[in-house]
Amino acid sequence: MKYMDEFRDPVKAQALSQQIRALVRCIPRARQRPLQIMEVCGGHTHSIFRYGIQQLLPDEVEFIHGPGCPVCVLPMGRVDDCVALAQRPEVIFTTFGDAMRVPGSSKSLLAAKAGGADVRMVYSPLDALQIARANPDREVIFFGLGFETTMPSTAMTVLEAARAGIRNFSLFCNHITIIPTIKAILDSPDMHLDGFLGPGHVSMVIGTRPYRFIAQHYHKPITIAGFEPLDVLHSVWMVLQQLVEGRCEVENQYGRIVPEQGNAQALGAIREVFELREFFEWRGLGSIDHSGVRMRAAYAQYDAERRFPVPNLKIADPRACQCGEVLKGVIKPHECKVFGTACTPQMPLGSLMVSSEGACAAYYNYGRIHGAGAPRRQPAFASAQPGSPA
Amino acid sequence: MSVPSPSSSPSSAQPPVGSAVVRRAPRLAPDAIIELAHGSGGRAMRTLIEDVFVSAFDNPGLAAMEDQALLGLAALASQGDRLAFTTDSYVVDPLFFPGGDIGTLAVAGTVNDLAVGGARPLYLSCSVVLEEGLPVSTLRRVVESMRRTALAAGVSIVTGDTKVVERGSADKLFINTAGIGVVPHQVSISQAHAQPGDVVVVNGRLGDHGTAILIARNQLSLQSDVASDCQPLNGLVAAMLAACPKIHCLRDATRGGVATVLNEFAHGSNVAIRIRESAIPLREEVKGACEILGLDPLYLANEGKLVAVVPPAAAAAVLAAMRSHPAGEHAAIIGEVGEEPAGIVIMDSVFGGQRVVDMLVGEQLPRIC
Repeated sequence: MKYMDEFRDPVKAQALSQQIRALVRCIPRARQRPLQIMEVCGGHTHSIFRYGIQQLLPDEVEFIHGPGCPVCVLPMGRVDDCVALAQRPEVIFTTFGDAMRVPGSSKSLLAAKAGGADVRMVYSPLDALQIARANPDREVIFFGLGFETTMPSTAMTVLEAARAGIRNFSLFCNHITIIPTIKAILDSPDMHLDGFLGPGHVSMVIGTRPYRFIAQHYHKPITIAGFEPLDVLHSVWMVLQQLVEGRCEVENQYGRIVPEQGNAQALGAIREVFELREFFEWRGLGSIDHSGVRMRAAYAQYDAERRFPVPNLKIADPRACQCGEVLKGVIKPHECKVFGTACTPQMPLGSLMVSSEGACAAYYNYGRIHGAGAPRRQPAFASAQPGSPA
Repeated sequence: MSVPSPSSSPSSAQPPVGSAVVRRAPRLAPDAIIELAHGSGGRAMRTLIEDVFVSAFDNPGLAAMEDQALLGLAALASQGDRLAFTTDSYVVDPLFFPGGDIGTLAVAGTVNDLAVGGARPLYLSCSVVLEEGLPVSTLRRVVESMRRTALAAGVSIVTGDTKVVERGSADKLFINTAGIGVVPHQVSISQAHAQPGDVVVVNGRLGDHGTAILIARNQLSLQSDVASDCQPLNGLVAAMLAACPKIHCLRDATRGGVATVLNEFAHGSNVAIRIRESAIPLREEVKGACEILGLDPLYLANEGKLVAVVPPAAAAAVLAAMRSHPAGEHAAIIGEVGEEPAGIVIMDSVFGGQRVVDMLVGEQLPRIC
């Protein structure tokens, strides 16, 4: 923990904050509109809100909270599939904790559990495999979700199940990949991003090379960032430094964890077990080509989608929801039509209001700091951006 | 007075006139398990109550075996002008964990609910729901913890009830305790009494109980020597009230943690509460477990921690009184009360930013990302 504290040093934070202010003064376009830096990963969003990092930045720099919270981008139809699987009497449905609250079209996994489904929270897919060993007369399904960060551990678990010949374990695969999604956001005509903070833990697996297209084709600077608050501030400084110098490169702030070539063993396991889907449905963003993976035919025995009937219905996002525009940075959470009225953390309509680290939930909490006597400045609440609805 | 021994001959079994026969209460076998008969109201139930509960709690009120305890009004009235009355049910998995068990919780929890109202806790009830098949030895262990904790807190368990449900209808053992205490004349504590300028104090390191339970459930493959902080707080509260009879707010930070209590104060008093992350006392192990699991220690359960809001002039005296008590050794001032934004708790992060510390919407679930 002492090690952590070094990355949370307020004195260094103030020094970095001053340097960032100085850099911003050298970027002419920051005078017309705030510079928008998208943090792709939900872990960064969490750090930004937990440590109040936005307040250490000048008004001219704002974070756009990207699609990197796997729970937030889970479409309703997939939650319904989970509920349908979990309600089968022979099934023990295992899942990471924070996926349990995501609403489906009729209920969440938590509600299904209350209604009698055997839903169990696990901390690792290996825990699910252990449950399968301990319950040979039940079918244990693990709800695999997340980006390349969690994909290797799921893949390894499937390989272990195959090695040990455990036949009552299967995976409901909802893993997604980050690169096609970043590309989809960059292709979006209403996008105004100036740079990216790249996802640290995803990059630990895939390395830094897959991001080169962002710099080369879209001419945006990107810095792979760590998750401690000084990591985030330092990475913002690195992106701004590129803007000042007119460079567009993939830089790696998180070098202590992320090797340029990624993790060969983890990538090997992913390739062995998974293949790209033609498309995958994202909450808020719609269908994105090649943005999800499914299990290869060789592992059909462990594929819950092949072993059990899955309704696989496409459920449209609630009409009033503007989660997609928020995810792309086109509007701010509080500019959504239903923000704080029809959609609140108690009664979430959109997924970004569900997770406490979802951008909307975070804004919902954060906005309430603004009474008299509270700090005035909140650049994230600056006036609407071009392209946002009136 | 003699007790007839089993070896006495039939002719000598006649008791002497005028002396009572002392009947040794039947004992349960060491390997006995709870059966439905133990809740049936008959002889088996009486044996269970006498052998397990009455013998452990050992006080005249309970030994009388009436349907109610009788509490003298005069003695109560001499200690204050209001009765405090509270009840709480205890369910915990696992029953035993480092630092305590469901029995410790059941006594300390109810004692603490009385104490944080400024009351001097005096009497408790103990009502148990037992699952058929529970080893009596397990129940004895729990009852022994209750006895020890009640002794430490200076309260008597004067009435009780026992029910047995079929296997599968309850998880081993549930306990309800109700408690009565007396509030001294000048004491007036309420969640509505916080005022701008007041100081927020906690009595020690937060999150120990929640962390100990998480680790005891053994789902994490984490090893640690973090023990639950489960303890009665009435002694500490008495010391605090001696230092400052006009404590404004006081509450024990159990489920929902300190964050929830602070929100209740902010809301109840319509004030802002501002705390400093750097001032919050935490064990390194608890910090570590929270980092790994993506949990926030402010929301972790405690069973021996309280949050107090005290007038600024009395803050130093209250803090000193707390630190000189074993239950307040690591007491710390963690923040202040302000006017705006009313109803909101704000934390200055170690990093120099701020965030709102809100009530949890549901259960705190570990994050994936």
